Parts: sequence; C-alpha cells; structure tokens
Amino acid sequence: MASVAIGSGEQYNYDIVRKFTIMALIWGAVGMLVGVFIASELAWPFLNFDIPYITFGRLRPVHTGAVIFGFGGSALFATSYYIVQRTCQARLISNGMASFTFWGWQAIIVLAALGDVMGYSQGREYAEMEWPVDLLIAVVWVTYAIVYIGTIMKRKEPHIYVANWFYLSFILATALLHIFNNLAIPVSLTKSYPLFAGAQDAMTQWWYGHNAVGFFLTAAFLGMMYYFVPKQAGRPIYSYRLSIVHFWALIFMYMWAGSHHLHWTAIPDWTSTLAATFSIMLLMPSWGGMINGIMTMSGAWDKLRTDPIMRFLIVALSFYGMSTFEGPMMSLKDVNALSHYTDWTIGHVHSGALGWVAMISFGAIYHMLPRLWDTKMHSAKLINVHFWLATIGTLLYITAMWISGIMQGLMWRAYDDYGNLQYSFAESVAAMHPYYAMRALGGAVFLTGMLLMLYNCFMTIRQAKSMPAGGLAASAA
Amino acid sequence: MEWLMWFTRFENTKPISLLIFFITFCAILFYVFGNKKRGERLESYKNMPLQDD
Repeated sequence: MASVAIGSGEQYNYDIVRKFTIMALIWGAVGMLVGVFIASELAWPFLNFDIPYITFGRLRPVHTGAVIFGFGGSALFATSYYIVQRTCQARLISNGMASFTFWGWQAIIVLAALGDVMGYSQGREYAEMEWPVDLLIAVVWVTYAIVYIGTIMKRKEPHIYVANWFYLSFILATALLHIFNNLAIPVSLTKSYPLFAGAQDAMTQWWYGHNAVGFFLTAAFLGMMYYFVPKQAGRPIYSYRLSIVHFWALIFMYMWAGSHHLHWTAIPDWTSTLAATFSIMLLMPSWGGMINGIMTMSGAWDKLRTDPIMRFLIVALSFYGMSTFEGPMMSLKDVNALSHYTDWTIGHVHSGALGWVAMISFGAIYHMLPRLWDTKMHSAKLINVHFWLATIGTLLYITAMWISGIMQGLMWRAYDDYGNLQYSFAESVAAMHPYYAMRALGGAVFLTGMLLMLYNCFMTIRQAKSMPAGGLAASAA
Repeated sequence: MEWLMWFTRFENTKPISLLIFFITFCAILFYVFGNKKRGERLESYKNMPLQDD
C-alpha cells in the first residue's frame, strides 16, 4: 500500500488511512455475515448445530464487536486521520504511533471475538472483553488521543474545523466511558468482577452503553458528516453557526440520558425521569444537525439523481433524523413499558446502525477511496446497486422488527376476562417467527450490498496498483 | 464543611443547575448569533473542507 506514490501522500500520512479503510471493509463484511447468521439462528434454531461456540449468546457479541468496533471503529480511525490532516493542513505527528493504533485496534477486535466464542465475557453489553483486552484498549485509545490532539496542535490553519470537534469529543468521551465502565477486580487472566454492584452496576453499564451510542456511533459519525457531505456536494455546510450550537447541545445532553435503558427497574425513579427528560431534549440538537446536513443540498438537489454517494450521505441523514425521533419517543416511560425487552428496540438500534452509521460510512469510504489510491472507482453502477440493496435491506429489517416488537409487547401485556395472561411466552415466540425470517432476509440483502462494495473497492485498488506511478494524472498524459 | 450539605438537597441543586445550564446555553447562543461581524467570521470557516485540496 505504501508503494502507491501520490502527490499528497508526502504531505499527509495516507498509508494509515488506507489500512484502516481496508479493515473497515473487511470487518463490515465479517460482522454483517455473523449478524445474518445469528438472525437466521433465531428464525431456524437448528442452525446452532448443538455447537456451543456458535450459539446466539456467543456469536451476538462477535457480531456487535465486529460491526461497531471493527467496521465502525476502523471507519472512524480512517476518516478522522484523513480529516484532521486535511483540515489542519498538517501531517499526523507520528507515523509509528498511528501504526500502533492500527495494529493494536485490529488485535483488540480479534482478541475480543476469540474471547466471545470461547465463552470469556464480563457480561457487560458492548464491553464483553475481559480486563487484559480492556487494558490494551486503554493504551491504544490514549495513543490515538495523543496522535489526534498532537496533530491539531501543530495545525497550520488558525481554526479547528467543526468535524474535528466532534471527533475530539468522541475520543475523550470514549476514554472516560471505557475506563469507568470496566473498573474491575481481576481474579485470573480470564475472569474479573466489576467494582460496582446491583443497581449502581446497571446504571454504570447503561451510562456507558448509551454514551457509546451517543459518542461512538453519533458524535463521531457527525464529524464524518460535517466533512464528507459538504465535500461530496461541492458546497459548504448550510450553517456553521448552527453546527456550533449543535455540537455543544448534543455533547452536553447525551451524557444524562443513559438511565432510560433501565425504566421500570430497581433504579431510583428520579434518574429514570431525568434520563427521559434529557432524551426528549436531545431531539432538538439531533434534528438541528440533521437539518444542517440536509439543507447543505439546498439548491443542488439534482445531485441526488446522478450521484449515488450523495444518496448514501443524504439517506443516512434521513435515517439519523428518523431514529433520533424514535429514540426520545421510546424513552418516555409509558412507551417504554410497551417497547422494552421487545424487538422494537432491535429495530430502533438497526435503523440507526444500518441506516445512519453504515450508510454515512459507505458514503465517506466511496468518497475517500479513489482519492487515497489516486484513481477512479471501478464501477459507479455497483455503488448505485449497493445503495438500493442497503436501503431495501434496512427497510425490510426495521419494518420486521417494528411489527414483531409491538406485537410482542401487546401479547405480553394482554389479559383475558379472568385477569390471567392471555398468551403464553411460547405463543409470542411462535408469532414472531415470520418476522424473524423477514429480518434475516433484510440482513442478507444488506450484506449482499456490503459484499458488492468489498468487490468494487478491491477492484478499484487493484486497478490503481496497475496504473503507472503518478496515478490518474500520469495515465491521462 | 457543613455548607457542602446544601448541595445534597435536590430543592437547591435542581434550580441552581437549571440556572447554570440555561445561562450557559444563552451565552453560547449570544456568542454565535449576537454579533454580525463575529457571525460572518464563524460562517467563513464553513469553506474549510472545500479549500483543503
């Protein structure tokens, strides 16, 4: 990869961006494949084959780890290193440290997946890794923070562009969340006990879990949005001042909303109410950011007819708007009484994960890839096919989970004339079966799009390597 | 240290935190939208991604 000689490659460290981009694509395909498999296991349980290593309970964290930290994390490393260098007009402060974040992060994803399959887990959602891996994450993350902040400090531009603010908040908040959520007493190399207990432990877990969504899966990808939407549209963001208000309001409010994951449990009632109140208020900055991104297209909507990358970015923002409306609604205690523990939550998560996070990442990678390898995309048609597969797959998935979830909630709370539960739990499971099959189909459609992207990107890189040194400019001459 | 107990009572901390956060929010809004010249300077930064090639 380092052998691809391009002009700006000397000015910036693009080698690290290329590596993370490739791994984002690979982890995306692996993570989504595991996702489709476990969705199929739920619809057709014989797929467990009585092998403990591939049961739903062990593969589910492999799926979430691979897509959130493998795909999403690598995409964030790639785009943040790309954006910070370009908007600061400065090369990363250290090639060695940047390289360490790459190898360290990939080792973490592999170790986490192996631990999950082998049955080692500290039982914390999205933080299943045992303490040795947690320590490695802390070291890699601090190195990432040093590289990122150091590069900003040696910038040649007087102003720090807003995308970098979002990435900075993501780096700082993730460090804080990771360290406090994983405070534990180790008893062996593969076993530890959390420092907190009972309701406090649950609240720490969901303070982490919700803010992992807020800072890892939202703030950081908003950083991506604030750079790649204007760049791809060829016009500046709608309002820079709105982006400042968006930033401060969003990062302030997210921190307080975690307890809405624990409504109607043993936690103090006021924490539940506080979380619901902040969740409702979060609608304002979320939609402010969404409107800021979408209005960037004002006067240039025709680009959506011709540019599939722009479609990815704008549809991602639409899903972002939809899921940030749905989230506050589900945080209301009365709505949550119906939705909690049902598939509605899974549908909500995936409208954000597939519709927002994955689609904005696809758009960003399709924008970056030809520039990183100084070539053109192998096939624009395949990008378009990928867009439709991703959109249809997401819609199939979330529609299936909405129907299944609301049906579950209603069946669980239904009483007959004598005050007995109307349905047994097994009856609700049987009723969900068609929707589980539909969800697996939606996931498979989405995965097909991801595999097409992998092929398209692989061919693009291969074509770049076969070009004479100097890339596009040299071949045109 | 008795004065610290004042902060343990919700009837004190709730209105105080509301005031602090509301004033901070108003200050950010004033900073961003309150001055035309500053507004123009802030808006000029929106072109940064388009000037980095």
